[in-house]
Formats: sequence, structure tokens, C-alpha cells
Amino acid sequence: MTKILIVAEHDGQTLNPSTAKVVACAAEIDGAELDVVVFSDSASDVVVQAAKLDAISRVLTVDSVSSKNALAAMIAPQMVAIADGYSHLFGPSTTFGKDLMPRVAALLGVNQISDIMSVEGSHTFKRPIYAGNVVLTVKAPADRPVVATVRTASYQAVGSDNSAVVENIECTVELPTHTRFVELKSASSDRPDLQTAARVVSGGRALGSSENFDIIFALADKLGAGVGASRAAVDAGYVPNEMQVGQTGKIIAPALYVAIGISGAIQHLTGIKDAGTIVAINKDGEAPIFEVADIGLVGDLFKLVPEFTAALK
Amino acid sequence: MDKILVGLKRVVDFNVRVRVKNDGTGVETGGVKMSINPFDEIALEEALRIRERGEAKEVIVVSIGASESAQQLRTGLAMGADRAILIQTTAAADPISRARALLEIVNREAPGLVLLGKQAIDNDDNQTGQMLAALWGRPQATSASKLELNGDTARVTREVDLGLEIVDVDLPAVVTVDLRLNEPRYVKLPDIMKAKKKPLDEIPIADLGVEASPVIEEILFEPPEQRQKGVIVDNVAGLIAALKDKGLL
Ligand SMILES: Cc1cc2nc3c(=O)[nH]c(=O)nc-3n(C[C@H](O)[C@H](O)[C@H](O)COP(=O)(O)OP(=O)(O)OC[C@H]3O[C@@H](n4cnc5c(N)ncnc54)[C@H](O)[C@@H]3O)c2cc1C
Ligand SMILES: Cc1cc2nc3c(=O)[nH]c(=O)nc-3n(C[C@H](O)[C@H](O)[C@H](O)COP(=O)(O)OP(=O)(O)OC[C@H]3O[C@@H](n4cnc5c(N)ncnc54)[C@H](O)[C@@H]3O)c2cc1C
Repeated sequence: MTKILIVAEHDGQTLNPSTAKVVACAAEIDGAELDVVVFSDSASDVVVQAAKLDAISRVLTVDSVSSKNALAAMIAPQMVAIADGYSHLFGPSTTFGKDLMPRVAALLGVNQISDIMSVEGSHTFKRPIYAGNVVLTVKAPADRPVVATVRTASYQAVGSDNSAVVENIECTVELPTHTRFVELKSASSDRPDLQTAARVVSGGRALGSSENFDIIFALADKLGAGVGASRAAVDAGYVPNEMQVGQTGKIIAPALYVAIGISGAIQHLTGIKDAGTIVAINKDGEAPIFEVADIGLVGDLFKLVPEFTAALK
Repeated sequence: MDKILVGLKRVVDFNVRVRVKNDGTGVETGGVKMSINPFDEIALEEALRIRERGEAKEVIVVSIGASESAQQLRTGLAMGADRAILIQTTAAADPISRARALLEIVNREAPGLVLLGKQAIDNDDNQTGQMLAALWGRPQATSASKLELNGDTARVTREVDLGLEIVDVDLPAVVTVDLRLNEPRYVKLPDIMKAKKKPLDEIPIADLGVEASPVIEEILFEPPEQRQKGVIVDNVAGLIAALKDKGLL
């Protein structure tokens, strides 16, 4: 019997879209029964949103004040305590899931499959390695729980027309006090979220300063796009770390990706492989970004981008 | 604290574009440049800075792998580590076995801090540190971009999807490092000479008594689907026309 437990990612109010994508991946396993678990201090809105996810049977809620800030050290023992009877435990390969799931796997004494990009069977999956330069098919042992993270950019979120059963679970496992949340610093913005935006405009080292990055923001606003950046632009301090796209940043799959003044290093390209259409603007016609761009424009960004922005209604 | 333990994994250099073997059994590593995993170099740099500030006495680098991994350990010693441990294994160690092997070293050395990379750039697993922390029953702080030691605790700034998360952890703890934590130093020639005299212990993995787990079988290595090269347009008007063509404007 294939029973899959999916950990919900949320901030106490809103269910993160990554959860619906993990459900989409899990639903590809034949005959699987899916449960979503919400660990929280009191996330009633999140539970309501989770119960709507198509393809799931139940939402389990495990309430504990210690779950408030979603620390792996607190959630992992609770997840292990309720893991009995599940053949698979899935989470998103966001920073939340990457932090949590290996800790769960280790407590269960198994390896984790990182970044599932396709389901080939109940225990066989494809995943990217070497910054996406190689696709590896892996097979997990049949007699142990499969603990995995799902590469969310490979999946479309399931719909939300369901009304799954909600069950509260008591979990009395002892939790550590050795890890304490202090604060979250987030440069809040009203632009579309990078990880779910249908359109993304990214800037690279070529921008040269954080003031110049306004050129990128102006274009993004006209396009209704989220804003990303290369590692070089983040390292140089032009924009904050949460905007980094690539192997060590965010893996995204917008319908339209516009790369401006970005050379196209493999570590960057691995973050945009699944984009629908890639547009590149770069003054160097030989830049590797043009090898993958669907539409390329060679020239000075400081001239071309304002012109492009002005031409959009 | 007395000791900091740092993991150094030998990986294909990040500049190398790897190729899948024709029979799909792995990637070509013959004749390919090998290096310390870039994240691990950053972990070591951080450990050295902590020792240089007088907040730790000894930095130990450890690698799990075949005998060639000694090269990366020597580089680590040349950067400034005090001694090195090579856990020898020819069979590929899976992440949980590696975490168990590291735990054995942790139990022997009792470090106040274990610094690892947040991920190795070959397998991109991003697991080992979290697993070690779980097995050890100690805190983990992954993807660190800032680390401050305050006696028995550490304050770690973590790079997360929403921005920066700050956590306090009791020591000992496992911290995995991200790229922006620091810029590793270059190794100077005299240091390479000096490093040859520093101790490098080799321990066969079997001697650590690590329990074997059923591994995740690696069935097939394939190149990814390639994106096709597109069109080059001449100007902004051409760009807008091409986007309209695709229904994107
Ligand atoms: C372990 C590791 C992990 C990494 N992870 C990531 C990651 O997650 N994401 C990431 O992005 N990188 C990552 N990198 C870094 C990556 O290798 C590159 O260094 C980085 O992507 C380069 O950023 P860039 O394209 O902005 O800068 P550059 O490579 O310097 O490119 C700048 C480009 O701008 C163009 N340009 C300059 N001026 C103009 C102008 N006026 N008009 C138009 N074009 C102009 C140039 O022709 C050039 O192509 C990683 C590296 C390592 C080692
Ligand atoms: C020929 C071959 C066959 C393989 N077969 C299998 C298999 O059957 N099953 C399987 O599960 N895996 C197999 N592997 C995978 C291999 O063991 C991977 O290294 C591992 O699965 C995951 O990797 P990671 O290095 O990406 O870990 P990560 O968790 O991404 O590494 C994080 C950090 O942990 C530390 N670390 C990791 N490895 C070491 C190390 N060796 N020494 C010191 N510190 C380290 C480093 O600080 C590193 O930055 C095989 C590998 C090879 C080369």
C-alpha cells in the first residue's frame, strides 16, 4: 500500500505554493493515498487551504507552540513520530524542505532522495545532479520509507476544489530546546513572488550598482514580473540574497524569463532550465546565455532596457 | 572551544562541464580537474578565522573517500588546518553512512563546532550536515551566511527563501555554510611545503564500525534535455515582435 505523507510549508497564515506542487508529484505515483500534515502553533487558515488541495485524502494537524517558526530540529521528531504506516515522506526542495527532510531521513535511518524531477515508479525517480548537467535515475530500497524532496519547478500545482477530511493528531514527543528562532529579515515587496511568478526579469553583474538595478525593476513593473539576479549581482550587494536564481539560489520555471547583463554560467542556467521562453540581453554576442535563449538581443543594456520598458504599454 | 571539525569533499572542479559516460553508468572523471567542494573551502576559511581570533584552538579537516582525497586534505592543511583525517572507502558512501562515519569522528574528537558545506556540487544532495546533526542529537543551522560565537552558543544568519533567518544554537552544533559567508584565502607555496609535515591520519571506514544502510541505487546517468538555440533579433522592435509572436505580449 502506497501511503504518502506530505509536509505542508506555510508561514502561519498562508500555505506556500510549493505544497501543491509536491502533491502533484506524489499524485503521479500509482494508487497512492496522500495525506498532508500541517505542523503549527495554530494555523487554522493554512489547514483550510490545505484541505482544498486536489488529490489528497486527509489533512493531519499537529499543534505545538514549538512549531511556530518551522525549525527543522522541532518539526523532524514530530514528523518521525507520525511516520508509521507511510511508505513515502515528501517535502519541497525549498530552503524549508531542504533543512527539514534530511533530518527526518536520518532519524528514520534512511537516505534521502533530493530534488525529484520525475516519477518513474513507486520507488524510482529522476533527479538532477552536477548543477543540472546530469539527470540521474535512482531507485530507493522497497523495504524502507522513501524520504524525498521534490523539485517544485518540475511540477504544476494541483487544483484546489477538494474538501479533504481534517484530523488532529496528538504528538507527545519530547522536543529539544537547543535551537531558538531569533528573527526573519525579509525585504518585503509587492512584486510577484520569484518562485511562482509567470514572468521574471533578472539582472547580473553588468548592472554595476543597486541604483542601476532600478532599470530592472522598472521593466519588471511594466511586465508584471518578479525580479531575480545572478549570484554576482547578489555578492556585489546590488540586491538581497533571496533574489538569487541558480544552483545555490532559487530554481524557477516562469513562462517568460528575461536575463539582462547575465553571462549564463551553468550554475545560473540550472535555475532557469524549465522556463518557457528565455530572453537574453547582453552586449557580448558570444555570451553562453545566447546558447539557451529563445530570443537574444545583443547590445548595451543601459540603452536597450529603458527603450524596451518605454515601448511597453 | 578546543576543536572545530571541517568536512572537505573531493569533487569535480566547478569549472568543468561534466560528461555522462556513454553507457550511462556514471560521469567521466578520468583526467578531470578535482578540487575541494567550494562550499567546504568556505567552511574551512571560517574555521581558520575563528581559530585566528582565538575562539578555537585546533582545526581538523576530514574527508571520506578514496586515497586521492588526501590531495584535498593536503590543500586544507596548506590553507591552515592543523591536522587531517581521511576516512578511507572505495565504495561510494551514501549520505547517511557518511553522516554516521562523521559522527564516529565527532565522538572521538568532541569538537565544539562542525562546519560543512551546504551542498556538494557533484551530487547536490544538501543532506550530510542535517543528517549528522540528527544522529548526534544536536542543533543544525544550514546555509549560513554569518556566524558569531558567543561562548556556549552561536548566532547564525541563514539564507532562506524569504530572506535571512537568524537562529541561536547551543554548542556543539553543525553549521553548513553558504557562498556569502566569506572569501577563502589563497594557498601560498611555502604553506604547501609546511603542510607536508602536518599529520594526516588514515582510517578505513570499516574500523569505524559504521552500520550499512540499504543505499539508493543509481540506475542511469543521462545528459539533460538541451534547450534549442533561438533567434537573435536586431533591436527592441524585433524583440517585441518576437514576444508577440509567442503570445507573451
Ligand atoms: C558553487 C557555485 C555555485 C554558484 N551558484 C550560482 C547561482 O546559484 N546563481 C548564479 O547566478 N551564479 C552562481 N554561481 C556563480 C556563477 O558561476 C557566475 O559567476 C555568475 O552567475 C555570474 O554572474 P553574472 O552573469 O551576473 O556575471 P558575469 O559572468 O560577470 O556576466 C556579466 C555579463 O554582463 C554582460 N554585460 C556587461 N556589461 C553589459 C552592458 N552594458 N550591457 C549588456 N550586457 C553587459 C557581459 O557581457 C557578461 O556576459 C555559482 C558559482 C559557484 C562556484
Ligand atoms: C561512483 C559513485 C557511486 C555512487 N553510488 C551511490 C549509491 O549507490 N547510493 C548513494 O546513495 N550514493 C551513491 N553515490 C553518491 C555519493 O556518495 C554522494 O557523494 C552522496 O550521495 C551525496 O552527496 P553530496 O556529496 O552531494 O552530499 P551533501 O550532503 O550535498 O554534502 C554536504 C557537505 O557534507 C560534507 N561531505 C559530504 N561528503 C563528504 C565526504 N566524502 N568527505 C567529507 N565531507 C563530506 C561536505 O562538507 C559537503 O559540503 C555514489 C558516488 C560515486 C562517485
